[in-house]
Amino acid sequence: MSTLTSEVAAGFDVEKVRADFPVLKQTVHGKPLVYLDSAATAQKPQAVIDAIRKFYEVDCANIHRGVHELSQRSTAAYEETRAKTRRFLNSRSKSELIFTRGATEGVNLVATAWGRKNVKEGDEIVISALEHHSNIVPWQMLCEEKGARLRVIPMNERGELLLEEYQKLLNPRTKMVAVAHVSNALGTINPVREMIEMAHRNGSLTLIDGAQAAPHMKVDVQALDADFYAFSGHKVCGPTGIGILYGKTKLLNAMPPYQGGGDMIRTVTFEKTTYNDLPYKFEAGTPNIAGGIGLGAALDYLTNIGMERIAAYEHELLLYGAERLSRIPGLRIVGTAKEKAAVLSFVMEGIHPHDIGTVLDRQGIAVRTGHHCAQPVMDWFGIPATTRASLAFYNTMGEIDALAAGIQKVKELFS
Amino acid sequence: MVHDLYQEIILDHSKRPRNCHAMDDANRKAEGYNPLCGDKLKLFVKMENDVVKDVSFVGSGCAISTASASLMTESLKGKSREEALKLLEKFHELLTTDTPVSNELGKLVVFCGVRDYPARVKCATLAWHTLKSALTNPGEPVVSTE
Repeated sequence: MSTLTSEVAAGFDVEKVRADFPVLKQTVHGKPLVYLDSAATAQKPQAVIDAIRKFYEVDCANIHRGVHELSQRSTAAYEETRAKTRRFLNSRSKSELIFTRGATEGVNLVATAWGRKNVKEGDEIVISALEHHSNIVPWQMLCEEKGARLRVIPMNERGELLLEEYQKLLNPRTKMVAVAHVSNALGTINPVREMIEMAHRNGSLTLIDGAQAAPHMKVDVQALDADFYAFSGHKVCGPTGIGILYGKTKLLNAMPPYQGGGDMIRTVTFEKTTYNDLPYKFEAGTPNIAGGIGLGAALDYLTNIGMERIAAYEHELLLYGAERLSRIPGLRIVGTAKEKAAVLSFVMEGIHPHDIGTVLDRQGIAVRTGHHCAQPVMDWFGIPATTRASLAFYNTMGEIDALAAGIQKVKELFS
Repeated sequence: MVHDLYQEIILDHSKRPRNCHAMDDANRKAEGYNPLCGDKLKLFVKMENDVVKDVSFVGSGCAISTASASLMTESLKGKSREEALKLLEKFHELLTTDTPVSNELGKLVVFCGVRDYPARVKCATLAWHTLKSALTNPGEPVVSTE
């Protein structure tokens, strides 16, 4: 076992944290569960489960509508999450925060509502070589519809974006730069602050896909000066089907609505409809109320631990894991950026990731195998798939040891 | 245990796949792709008088899909088109139902362990789906024998 080097990480009581997660207290195929798939979805602490349960057991009512007590309570709890998110992202105001189904919907909302109005034939959208499909396809669809062009920032063999190439891509036709804060397949932390500044100097807007960053580091949308920032609730220990899109007020006000329906209107006649103010203009229909309330509990939970402490502890885990895995002959880590978060993607000589995943599963170890919704990344590295162990603050050094031992068993079986 | 899935014969065929090469004089050809795991497979079939004269494959995949393709090619040679499609049906049944194992399957019964790994059924059936496409879709790319 390694010793924790940083002081912050050393003070981190992981066993106390683990006690908060009921799902971790089980065996799978007769072995203690080792959950290393948090980049796909993070596990939920009891506080989140309790908040959802309380909503359905005690406060269940529709929001923004009723004058009755239950509706008041559920509205207050749901809207409280917006206030918590404002603190979590350090946005200027709550009205810049739109509830979505997740980061994917956040990107789609901007590509649709902003894109349809502002992107014209010959314009360009810049994305990067390490994007998740959710930050590729919506822009591709927009480009197809408008006759615009999708440009891609290349990366090096460590999985780092080439900023000098990015600079060359920027031109007067560049309307939007949409990049991931952290790569889900490689773990690369992109220098988004610098990239946003470069885009702004060029007069381009920016959207940051924060799905893999929000769970692992302190995000400050004002310090980043991001125009849009999207993340998913389920990756920050909240429920699935809920997420947040941050957008600057001026931009959101100038955008047409995304979907039409209840809640997003002020007045409706058959002749004309006037739209509601921010953020409700972008929130048509009854939302995922329980999800929103659960997300609030998740943000409280993370904030109480402290994102800086989480980041420090996970960094130690990552260093330990990288060191441990790189000692295994025949194993190659894919994605070795200097700035990296919580992801250990790897391939093994002569052994397919699916076989690795199955054999690990039988030892109680949950990893993701496949292309991780980032097929262009796999193509770049010339591999069909990887095995990905993704870490969270509730993982332990002992679990990394279990992974290494599991991989040893894989090797024995297929050698 | 995981050895129910990875039986010796499967491991053997995954490490040393049989009939694993392209075929210049194939008159049926189809490509199979499993987007979930990135497995790709190209199947070459030489039909003569409605009988599988020769069959081979190339591709990259996991142990299960490679072994399945390898064992499939071994069991197809000499079978009529109809018999081949019947075998496909039996093989699919083996993987997805609890019906007693059919003895028509021969060596292919080693895949019965896949039943307990639903996530891996697609790996084991990729080659067979590709076969179906090669044998039944006249619109599929047909390799010129010239």
